[in-house]
Amino acid sequence: MTDEGAGGAGGDRGLPAGSPNDGGPEPVDGDGRTRTPAARGVRLAEGVRSGDRRMLARLLTEIEDRTSVAEAALRLLYPVSGNAHLVGITGAPGAGKSTLVAALARAVRTTGRPAAVLAIDPSSPITGGALLGDRIRMQEHAGDRNVFIRSMASRGHAGGLAAAAVDAAAALDAAGFPVVFLETVGAGQSEVEVASIADTTVVVEAPEMGDEVQAIKAGLLEVADIVVVTKGDRPGARRTAAQLRAMLTVGTTDEADALRRAEAHGRRRPKRPEVMLVTAPTGDGIPELLAALDRRHEERDAAALQPARVARAAAQLDAVMAERLRARLRDGPHRAAVTDVLRSMAAHEIDPYAAADRVMKLLEESVAG
Amino acid sequence: MADRRIKVLIAKPGLDGHDRGAKVLARGLRDEGFEVVYTGLRQTPEMIASAALQEDVDVVGLSILSGAHMTLVPRVCRALRDEGLGDVLVTVGGIIPDDDVPALREAGVDRVFGPGTTIGEVAEYLRTNVRPRETA
Ligand code: B12
Ligand SMILES: Nc1nc2c(ncn2[C@@H]2O[C@H](COP(=O)(O)OP(=O)(O)OP(=O)(O)O)[C@@H](O)[C@H]2O)c(=O)[nH]1
Ligand SMILES: [Mg+2]
Repeated sequence: MTDEGAGGAGGDRGLPAGSPNDGGPEPVDGDGRTRTPAARGVRLAEGVRSGDRRMLARLLTEIEDRTSVAEAALRLLYPVSGNAHLVGITGAPGAGKSTLVAALARAVRTTGRPAAVLAIDPSSPITGGALLGDRIRMQEHAGDRNVFIRSMASRGHAGGLAAAAVDAAAALDAAGFPVVFLETVGAGQSEVEVASIADTTVVVEAPEMGDEVQAIKAGLLEVADIVVVTKGDRPGARRTAAQLRAMLTVGTTDEADALRRAEAHGRRRPKRPEVMLVTAPTGDGIPELLAALDRRHEERDAAALQPARVARAAAQLDAVMAERLRARLRDGPHRAAVTDVLRSMAAHEIDPYAAADRVMKLLEESVAG
Repeated sequence: MADRRIKVLIAKPGLDGHDRGAKVLARGLRDEGFEVVYTGLRQTPEMIASAALQEDVDVVGLSILSGAHMTLVPRVCRALRDEGLGDVLVTVGGIIPDDDVPALREAGVDRVFGPGTTIGEVAEYLRTNVRPRETA
């Protein structure tokens, strides 16, 4: 991006007045220019809106890193997003998620629409490194600029993975992708969380998982809007689909009762997922699946999708609040007081709850003052 | 700013089916704390450049044992430049005769690694030579 000559107008062209909070100057760029994170965010947002794929890729990096550059860009992009259908694809390792996403992207392309993919793989908790291999199955789309594939490592984010994924999806949405597939591994709480913030969650099951279906039932199937049995060419695929259908119907014969119980416990209404059988490499069942997804998206203003959107908003707000609170306690004027509280707690002089009381009090005083 | 992880794309251009080294390297770099995208076999230069762009990687690592490096590598370097990715660090490994190294460097390769390379050497090289990403 060194296309502008040195000493050019800089990053200020077309900035809206009162642009996002100014994080102070920070040296950037090989061209020796100094731009604030806010100005860099604005440039990225403008680039994304104008269809610049490299700017989009850069913004996704800023989002993964949770920087103030990303914040500045998202302040501009969030209002122009909200149109894309965010489809979560989850399921056990090797179930066939990436192959399915590649096939779905192919189907989306045949309808003339662009498609975006976010593929999340786990980071090693020990080294922080990650091997991101989902692209291998999607390389048929490399070179098609209307299919944007991005791999993301889950990193150590405490509850922040969902936020990063939603922000990334918002950026892709603002870039004009009407559908964003979000592939996650159906293992670990944060991954399930990611699936549950999608507009539509597809849970992928490979045939012959046998009794494991039972084990998965409690967790994953509960977040499913659609259950897809993959590898339809394999023996046992039909049987697996039939078993899942039977199982998911059994759960709903006492529907009124289940609803009452869910409500009594303040839980969301249990979903009644459709079960579909596909063979992604041949495309069997893919048009039907895409049609089902599109149908859901058309109904997006219907009450059915509202809980998903509110849950997503809650996850985002939680994450941003947590990030801000952490930054404030670490770097703000209470830093010394917080350190004292931590020392007392470490010495078992006060319990964590009393410690939290003290910290809350500090924050309330500073808000009141 | 959160500490930025180095992101590496490992790709095998051309028809070369020797993927053992690429996989050893991908896993090894993961264990060294890098985020590694592996794209698999039989990649065209354009596919590699497009993946590098979308993934916003710091490093492109090409693994070639087929002997076709003199035609493939310059094409990958050109495709990267065409995408505006001239600042990405390019490394090549596999079976590369010493005599070919100067021409590859001329084409835009930063460093060539041969058989027997340890992961530690590669990791060390990447950590010290990755160029800061220009944001916008
Ligand atoms: C194992 C092997 C095979 C296996 C491959 C299995 C697989 N899935 O990888 C099989 C049996 C399938 C095979 C087949 C063939 N092979 Co073969 N094979 C080898 C052999 C013996 C070892 C390669 C290997 O796996 N090394 C172990 C790995 C870990 O090392 P590495 O790949 O070199 O990687 C290290 C470094 O180079 C470096 N590195 C590698 N890539 C990268 C990338 C980056 C970015 C970095 C930083 C570092 C880096 O780091 C790695 C770790 O140290 C080599 C000979 C040799 N000694 O190298 C011949 C060799 C590569 N094969 C050769 C040939 C000709 C073939 C065949 C065409 C037919 C044949 N004669 O057998 C077929 C073609 C297959 C195909 N489709 O492409 C020739 C290539 C000649 C040339 N380049 O001019 C070689 C050199 C043998 C020879 N002396 O003739 N082969
Ligand atoms: N026979 C058959 N194999 C399939 C089908 N779909 C996927 N596979 C194979 O199943 C394996 C796993 O496929 P992926 O798409 O990588 O599965 P995944 O769920 O994305 O895997 P992870 O991301 O590693 O969790 C690969 O070897 C695929 O080739 C199918 O419809 N039929
Ligand atoms: Mg996958």
